[in-house]
Amino acid sequence: MAGIMSRKDATLFIGFAAVVLLLPILAAPFGAAYPDLLQRFMIFGIFAIGFNILFGLTGYLSFGHAAFFGVGSYAAMWSFKLLSLNAIPAILFAVAIAGVFALVIGYLSLRRSGIYFSILTLAFAQMCYSLAYSVLTPITNGETGLRMIRADPRVLDRLFSEAPAGVPVPSLFGISLSGWNGFYFSALFLLATFFLAMRITNSPFGMMLKGIKSNQNRMNYTGFNTRPYALTAFVISGMLAGLAGSLLVVTDPLAGAERMQWTASGEVVLMTILGGVGTLVGPVIGAWLIKYFENIFSSFNDNVLSSFFGFLPDGAREAAVVVAGKFVGEGWHLSLGLLFVLIVVFLPGGIMEGVRRISSAIRRRGGGRHATARGELSPSAAE
Amino acid sequence: MSELKRGPSRRHVLRTGLAGIIASGVAPLAFSRGAWAQEFCNNPTGGTVTFGLNLPLTGAYAEEGADEQKAYELAIQHLNGEGDGGLLNVLKPSALKGNGILGKKVQYVSSDSQTKSDVARAGATRMIERDGAIMITGGSSSGEAIAVQSLCQELGVIFMAGLTHSNDTTGKDKRRYGFRHFFNAYQSGIAIAPVLAEAYGKDRRAYHLTADYTWGWTQEESIKNATEALGWETVQAVRTPLGAADFSQYLTPVLNSGADVLILNHYGNDMVNSLTQAVQFGMRDRQANGKQFEIVVPLFSELMAKGAGENIKGIFGTSNWHWNLPDEGSKAFTKSFGAAYGSPPSQAAHTAYVQALLYADACERAGTFYPPEVIKALEGFEFDGMGNGKTLYRAEDHQCMKSVLVVRGNENPTNQFDVLNVFKEIDRETANYDPAIFGGDLGAAEPVPQCR
Repeated sequence: MAGIMSRKDATLFIGFAAVVLLLPILAAPFGAAYPDLLQRFMIFGIFAIGFNILFGLTGYLSFGHAAFFGVGSYAAMWSFKLLSLNAIPAILFAVAIAGVFALVIGYLSLRRSGIYFSILTLAFAQMCYSLAYSVLTPITNGETGLRMIRADPRVLDRLFSEAPAGVPVPSLFGISLSGWNGFYFSALFLLATFFLAMRITNSPFGMMLKGIKSNQNRMNYTGFNTRPYALTAFVISGMLAGLAGSLLVVTDPLAGAERMQWTASGEVVLMTILGGVGTLVGPVIGAWLIKYFENIFSSFNDNVLSSFFGFLPDGAREAAVVVAGKFVGEGWHLSLGLLFVLIVVFLPGGIMEGVRRISSAIRRRGGGRHATARGELSPSAAE
Repeated sequence: MSELKRGPSRRHVLRTGLAGIIASGVAPLAFSRGAWAQEFCNNPTGGTVTFGLNLPLTGAYAEEGADEQKAYELAIQHLNGEGDGGLLNVLKPSALKGNGILGKKVQYVSSDSQTKSDVARAGATRMIERDGAIMITGGSSSGEAIAVQSLCQELGVIFMAGLTHSNDTTGKDKRRYGFRHFFNAYQSGIAIAPVLAEAYGKDRRAYHLTADYTWGWTQEESIKNATEALGWETVQAVRTPLGAADFSQYLTPVLNSGADVLILNHYGNDMVNSLTQAVQFGMRDRQANGKQFEIVVPLFSELMAKGAGENIKGIFGTSNWHWNLPDEGSKAFTKSFGAAYGSPPSQAAHTAYVQALLYADACERAGTFYPPEVIKALEGFEFDGMGNGKTLYRAEDHQCMKSVLVVRGNENPTNQFDVLNVFKEIDRETANYDPAIFGGDLGAAEPVPQCR
């Protein structure tokens, strides 16, 4: 490992890998240790890391990344329908198609920067969404969502065997990819994506991207043509979004148009900002937090609340349930919104800034000399 | 010493021992991590059994979701022997004892499906994988129902569909683990077409606005076929996105299309919006082709009628059930629902409540929660007393066969709940059809898939 990455990076990677692979145990106290949610943790972690390669490094805020996510989903599903139930061709196909989309959309959108770039990407993504939702319904099956059926051709599989009875499920050379298998499968991809992001951040290419973020004009004056670099970052991040979208179909074989809507594009922006723009771990933490809120907070109903507040006397318990009920269940957006406001106001660098502040405070108390040095070394936002 | 040399070295013993401990301690965990330990998914071993309620609490069908939730809470109370017992007293034949199911107390977990198929699947998976739900029920959109139904088939958990009216749910997308009590678009067509022909004549020109997903598509097709068979002509059928707030761009072309009937294949808030806007366009006061212009809403509900207010007066539609039906079952359900929540139940609430009871009853009759046995108990089950007359859970497609109501917006409502009148009751024989016409394949009940 030492040859390809610094000792500190290796530690970070190993620590991250350990946390990811031990999630089934670590998430248990939070009621999140079930395969479906952990799969989502992995998948949206990939999505957010990919988004951060564009937004965190180059500063281009894309508001349309859900389009690539959705395109990846549909491409993977068509691979399952036409080629094979094996996940590998589906993922390759999805990443390639998402890359093509990213190339086209990126080429057009990157002619503008700042807010105009964001609006362009948003417009393209909404176009993709409308196409998927109501125009291209023969390809996407619209709001009902695209599913596999037994009668699909699956030419590669048919070369080797007859169509088996029962519901077709995605697999990896015969191993089913639902449940925990699906989690470990996506976890490998998350680790690979994390490694890739790490390498990009530390590479000369990454430096170039950070240069675009800090001052694009200066880059141009020094003789660099920045657009190919930005476009490369855009395509890489679009392909990673496609990878995430295809993994969502691998673990849960249904591709719906909702995942392309602008709210989904906004969600990945939230994830990145919540966790810490430009940091390596931040976007993943942001993704996990939002998915946790969406799946767990939204599941608290009045029953759960009243048993939670069981220690209170009768009148106070009802009052507490009514008040808390506004923030959980279908009101989970409200608590997420509050959290987001608090973080943006008090920790503009996201959760990772909080982590950095706490650790440097601890270190200052321990031995002041190392504090500044460590502060620089920790993955810093590329402002 | 020579003996020691022949034996294994200390280091070797330690290494092998450690490897052995790891292999025997960890490896089996990796294998038994699935549900091999239990014979089927979420076999309830304690004193309770958990229902998973998958309800649209936000989105276009949120009102139906809220009403379904009330109905499920009521059904669970009644199953546990609390409250006035509701329909437990009138279901015939009934194996329910009012002490939970098979002696286990019923509890529930819930999830907001946001009227989106993706989210509904995620919610259902959570309730099955984490919360140990033995059965998933609810939903107010056919898109959701079909998505969740195929998920439940994969995981081996029974799905008792809530409000879903698409032909596909028990047609081309039917599943062995999915059951539907609600009627469908095809039956709506059979029921409403003769009434329309009688009221509006046989030479009408119809214009369809259709919600763009499985339910809208099949309802448009069914109503089109049924009305065309009686001599109507279909001018055009336009698809509108689900959850659109503004339908004016779709309504303007209607005025110049030469149509004299507008058929709104919309439900929930969509129908409230499109109908209100159509009335604002003056469509109900228009004359077209020398006839009075008419609006038809093939699937009608109490909640939508309340939302649309004045605009629904005199409009025809069909319903699965209505609270002012005179039979014992309807009266009992309206009474206990009204006592609990202060308003009469909607058809969504009714179908939700009945589904919960039918599942519980099937478990009692099967004597087990083992899904294939419960499926056998539900297939071909003939019952009465739930408000729709004699009803059959058809084995071929898991569709309940029962009478269908043609309803009409009340011209002179006496109170805010009295918005619909039952115009005609179409009996079960007339609403019957051959399950083979939609194709589809139920799939097998066994071997039971394992959910983890």
